[in-house]
Amino acid sequence: MSKRSATVYWTGFSIILALLIVAPLVLPEFWRRFLTEILIWGLLAMSSDILIGYTGMVSFGHSAFFGLGMYGAAAALLMVRPPNLWLAILYGLIGSAGIALFVAYFSTRLRDIYFAITTLIFSQIFYVIIFTWTEVTGGENGLTFRRPPLEIPGLFSVPFSSETLHWFVLAVVTASYLILRRITQSPFGMVLQSIRENEPRTRAIGYAVERYKIVAVMLSGLFAGLAGVLYALQNRFAAPDFVYFLVSGETVIFNVMGGIGTLVGPIVGAGFFLLLRETFSRFFTEYYLIPVGVIFIAMVIFLPQGLLGFMRRWLNQ
Amino acid sequence: MTPDATPIEPLVAVEDVHTYYGKSHILHGVSLHVDRGEVVGLLGRNGVGKSTTLKTIMGLVHPHRGKVLFAGKPITTLPAHKLARLGIGYVPEDRRIFRLLTVMENLRTGLDRHGVTEARKQELLEKAFTYFPVLAERRNQAGGTLSGGEQQMLAIARAMMLEPKIILLDEPTEGLMPRMVSQIRQIIDVLHREGVAILLVEQNVPLTLEASHRVYIMEKGAVRHHCPASALKVDDPLIQQYLGV
Amino acid sequence: MSTVLGFLEAFPYQELLIQTLNGIVTGMILALIASGLTLIFGIMDVVNFAHGELFMFGAYMGVVVISATGSFWLALLLATLIVALIGAALQITTLRPLLGRDPLTTILATFGISLVMQNYALWQFGPVARKIPEPFTGQFTLFYLEYPWYRVLIAVLSAAIIGALYLFLKYGTYGIWIRATTQDRVMAEAMGIPVSWVHTAVFAIGAGMAAASGVLFGPLVGVNHAMGLDWVLKAFIVVVVGGMGNLGGSIAASIFISLLESYASVWVSPAQAGIVSFVVLILTLLFRPTGLFVPTPK
Repeated sequence: MSKRSATVYWTGFSIILALLIVAPLVLPEFWRRFLTEILIWGLLAMSSDILIGYTGMVSFGHSAFFGLGMYGAAAALLMVRPPNLWLAILYGLIGSAGIALFVAYFSTRLRDIYFAITTLIFSQIFYVIIFTWTEVTGGENGLTFRRPPLEIPGLFSVPFSSETLHWFVLAVVTASYLILRRITQSPFGMVLQSIRENEPRTRAIGYAVERYKIVAVMLSGLFAGLAGVLYALQNRFAAPDFVYFLVSGETVIFNVMGGIGTLVGPIVGAGFFLLLRETFSRFFTEYYLIPVGVIFIAMVIFLPQGLLGFMRRWLNQ
Repeated sequence: MTPDATPIEPLVAVEDVHTYYGKSHILHGVSLHVDRGEVVGLLGRNGVGKSTTLKTIMGLVHPHRGKVLFAGKPITTLPAHKLARLGIGYVPEDRRIFRLLTVMENLRTGLDRHGVTEARKQELLEKAFTYFPVLAERRNQAGGTLSGGEQQMLAIARAMMLEPKIILLDEPTEGLMPRMVSQIRQIIDVLHREGVAILLVEQNVPLTLEASHRVYIMEKGAVRHHCPASALKVDDPLIQQYLGV
Repeated sequence: MSTVLGFLEAFPYQELLIQTLNGIVTGMILALIASGLTLIFGIMDVVNFAHGELFMFGAYMGVVVISATGSFWLALLLATLIVALIGAALQITTLRPLLGRDPLTTILATFGISLVMQNYALWQFGPVARKIPEPFTGQFTLFYLEYPWYRVLIAVLSAAIIGALYLFLKYGTYGIWIRATTQDRVMAEAMGIPVSWVHTAVFAIGAGMAAASGVLFGPLVGVNHAMGLDWVLKAFIVVVVGGMGNLGGSIAASIFISLLESYASVWVSPAQAGIVSFVVLILTLLFRPTGLFVPTPK
């Protein structure tokens, strides 16, 4: 990135970060939680962008990664006493990594549409399993648990407040963004993009495309699982609704609305969608998806690059 | 072999056409025309835009600038299927017959049109089978099972089923054995006798000079030379310049 | 020896016979839905996520027509026609602009359509399931079992519709147009075939078939806004297992999977029997990714 661009970028980044840090102090409770939710869904959408925007693989399986992260955290918080934050994160990541490995295997054998449909079907498989395996997962009702304190063992332990939770989520999401950004700009990231542009040629040049795809799926799955863990922490419950493929569908919507291949775009997309949902719910109550759906379709047709799509080049320098 | 001196406007006229593929500027102001019943040759090296010119006339790509006229009427923005109905037949490079359809079904894609009586359809079929007896033999075989030369016959016959006023032939002799090349030569004559105009894109210079009334030579997306075919010999320095390797 | 006899005695023959019939009936409905999906994918390269919603709309149109006229057959006819028209309208407005773009966009667009249609149905008809009454009741006896005539009708009608589709594609001018368009869209256009209208017609046909399935199946289950979901997932599985774009394969896969599921439901709950289709999918993807009934290309 040129010196000038870099300065603009980091200034913009800092300003937005500052705003997000200050926000919970000025916003009423409802909007505070709303903002935290946007960040969490944004993280999920960002993880999906690695596959859609950078590797060119559309996945409808993110609800499985997200859900497993959520249930993994739930498992840690319910099984281990006292409830430990880091253990929850660990269990969540392991859970989603396991699923990611499974999906990754198939990703190398299927292309495009077949991959998309298969991930969709897989996420539904997990939904059915979680929904019916009542003894372990609580079935339809899900699991509830207490939020663990924020602690560094040996140093301090303090329960989360609404603000500190927001800051914790913000820290995790920001760190994730920076890590993913570093990765997408690395040689590895370049290969991923080359796979998206022209897979046969990338293979012909000599890259082991399968390996790259597997790593991409694992990466995507891990961060999606992380989002699931954060959601569990925020809401203190895990429910099968979040493993339903609709979550995957919404994730893809966030990606498309915000702009694929930009990493921040999906976060903006999540925010945009949630705002639309909030607004339309006032008039259409639970049928908000009718106008929001129409807007989405219109965007696919007329604004396929999404809200931030025009910045894609610049953001990826 | 001079064309009739009848209506003033040409059958097909291309005026200063600029066509792009994405960002690539392929045609830089191509102008040419074909009169009714004429055989016009279009020569040039690979990649100069000959096929793109044919595709532009056929409405398969639309130019950014310039006009295409058919019997004086602008057709620049019309979709290809309307042009096929108007009377433009297209025989592309690599034939592109419908491989999974039988020979009969391939021909039917051209035959099944509005306003054509069953009797006429039978006539047209008979004509196709007379000119191309091998197609009659293989009428129920899938197009993909035919040899290269037979597929070329089918591609031309298929276009003829449209009863076109002009046929755009893109490199019909490419990859064919000499025996088949002379068959193509005969077919061009047959079509000419029937009054069908032909715009012939070819790399085979002797064939083109022999069969055409006029030729255009293209280079780098534009027409560089235009003259009656009789004015050029195969060993002309112009030919060397624009087509030599 | 006695254990073998005991096993043979305890073997639920009666159940299995009924389940075989059920499997065939469900299989035919699934085949009808999947055929439309395969047709649309094979010819237009469009993965129609909204297919289940077209099925659902068909069922609701059936409910509406029946309550207005009392005639099941009129409901079947009108629902098919109305949804076919809706399908055509959807294709013209949302899918035509996407022609030639990344196939991902059509998945997204049809996904959006499915969301809008589902919620629209919820809004208009509410969450309570409706019922389509069977056109006739009565059962016939097979050995010492009783099996409803209506279910037999479903299977027969579905087979008839699919058969008609096959004949239409194989013979008939428009069938040739459709097949030519599938093989080479550009040359079909150059031969005077109005390709965009062919696409619209194909989508409408697929939609109509889904709607017909909805009305036929209506009397067996409740009609509600979410009914399309399960079916579209199963239909996708069938299409992948049968070989994408392969009509015969979809039909065979539909019956195969439905039979397996029906048999499984003898021993486990219906929800768990649903896992069968997933397992078949995974096995197919692992060992015969081009389709179970399709010879693997070399």
